[in-house]
Amino acid sequence: MTLVIGAWTMGIILALLAIGVYVSFRICDFSDITTDGSFTLGAAVVATLLVTGVSPLAATGASFLAGAFAGCLTGILHMRCKIHGLLAGILVMTALYSVNLHVMGKSNVPLLSTDTLGTYAEKIGVQLAGGQPSLHVWGWEVATKEVAALGAVIGLVLVIAAVLYWFLHTNLGTALRATGDNPQMIRALGVNVGTMMTMGLALANGLVALSGALLAQYQGFADVQMGIGMIVLGLASVIIGEALVGTKQVGLAIAGAVMGALLFRLMVGLALRWGLNPNDLKFMTAFFVFLALILPGWVTKVWKTRSAESLHA
Amino acid sequence: MLEITRVAKAFHAGTPNEVRPLQGVSLTIPDRSFTIVIGTNGCGKTSLLNAVAGTFFVDDGSIHLDGHDITRWPEHRRAALIGRVFQNPFSGTAPTMTIAENFSLAVRRGLGRGLGPSLHRSLLVELTDRVRSLNMGLENRLQHAIGSLSGGQRQALTLLMATWRRPALLLLDEHTAALDPKSADLVIQLTDALIRREGLTTLMVTHAMPQAVHLGDRLVMMHRGRIVHDVSGAEKQRLRPGDLLDRFEDLRRQELLDPSAAALLQAAYV
Ligand SMILES: Nc1ncnc2c1ncn2[C@@H]1O[C@H](COP(=O)(O)OP(=O)(O)O)[C@@H](O)[C@H]1O
Ligand SMILES: [Mg+2]
Repeated sequence: MTLVIGAWTMGIILALLAIGVYVSFRICDFSDITTDGSFTLGAAVVATLLVTGVSPLAATGASFLAGAFAGCLTGILHMRCKIHGLLAGILVMTALYSVNLHVMGKSNVPLLSTDTLGTYAEKIGVQLAGGQPSLHVWGWEVATKEVAALGAVIGLVLVIAAVLYWFLHTNLGTALRATGDNPQMIRALGVNVGTMMTMGLALANGLVALSGALLAQYQGFADVQMGIGMIVLGLASVIIGEALVGTKQVGLAIAGAVMGALLFRLMVGLALRWGLNPNDLKFMTAFFVFLALILPGWVTKVWKTRSAESLHA
Repeated sequence: MLEITRVAKAFHAGTPNEVRPLQGVSLTIPDRSFTIVIGTNGCGKTSLLNAVAGTFFVDDGSIHLDGHDITRWPEHRRAALIGRVFQNPFSGTAPTMTIAENFSLAVRRGLGRGLGPSLHRSLLVELTDRVRSLNMGLENRLQHAIGSLSGGQRQALTLLMATWRRPALLLLDEHTAALDPKSADLVIQLTDALIRREGLTTLMVTHAMPQAVHLGDRLVMMHRGRIVHDVSGAEKQRLRPGDLLDRFEDLRRQELLDPSAAALLQAAYV
């Protein structure tokens, strides 16, 4: 049972990553490789600050800001310096690798003896549970700490999803969505597309860094390699989510990204149990995203040729 | 008032691919004038509108609108003064967003965009009213994605969006060229009625001779990046489609003659 709760907690933490990727990939219509770097940046910043004794809440907030700053850089490289979007992301991601090493001072920072957000959650959880260190859930004995961590991340993701939903329906957020949908139109309506894209990428990478910060606190260390492949993981979640909810409507799409992240986590868990070599995981994820990107277009094409043929027949 | 003074623009300057769509265009459009622009394909009509809207900066000359020198203003800043409808119905609307959301964007053209809700009840009420006045039945579909509408419906809505807040200048670039004849007629009627009712200062490009003759109070013909004819007032009212075709034919004949050869001929025979 502890394992299941752990998997859910991981899934929810990565749902935050999926929400971030949804913002860059769908809202801004931008494939943002910065994600790999800013995920690690979030973990690096939170770990370093926690070790130096900063409060977990402030440290986690700082990691969001650090990620947002990285997103700003990519936005400026792309919109101001006119560098191709993918390349802008690659440049910032590559630079972040060194930055992350400098922030951490070494390639791995353990967090086992420091207070984290998890410690807060545990304290509150134990209080709520009337001081018991373990609980019985459907007949299983699980550590209160684990349940508290899960509850905390669920609460956090719900709040963030709600705030994002609200933001995307404000005048500013609506303009951001239009920027990804039709930049020509929104420019003609008086919006600075460069500023909007930069803001969107800042928001996206802030969320991604937050996800990295939570993961570091949950697993008890930050590692300079932990961001590798995160963009593909996020894309997989977003795409699964879209298949699940089948609409581009904002509220459902956000919910879809969260569900997609959880479902993907589940699929990975099953695949590993069925004997998938963990080394092949990133390959399979990439292959999966490839299929998901290529299949819809391919299906429509086949469908169109079919209907064209039947017309001629 | 719009004042375009000796505006020039070259693309790919200094390369074999150099194009010079604007070669010293000067044009003054007084307030409330409805000016039509015609000309052969590639003569620089869209470039002229783009230069005014700020899609690119001109190489030479200046543009003044409503008392501001906007020559160096970025496009999004000029949008505070300018309403625009593009040739392509896909260009003027955000397809995955609803009709109502598209309007919520247009309502704030030239205003700040903060954290207030984009859709509120009073806007929806006014929106329903204004969209109903189009007589297209779209007032019942405000919550549908605008991408699901036909080209004609989208152009009609884009026109409404561009003029929701009165623009100092309305730019229409062959906005019915991509539509079927029936929708084109409808959108043109709507355009004419709207411009007359609101007294909008308008610069409209068209490829359709009947539109060029029947609409507007002034007609400007462009050729090879220059303005070659400019008629208004009674002369404009008397204009027939045949006259315009004659003018095009004149231009074509002149083209065949190299300027120096023309001068020689003129010296010999006149
Ligand atoms: N952004 C651009 N880059 C390069 N060439 C352009 C660009 N815009 C227009 N042109 C060229 O300028 C010329 C005039 O184009 P345009 O103004 O669109 O003509 P019109 O609208 O009168 O048909 C054409 O030869 C076109 O290819
Ligand atoms: Mg044109």
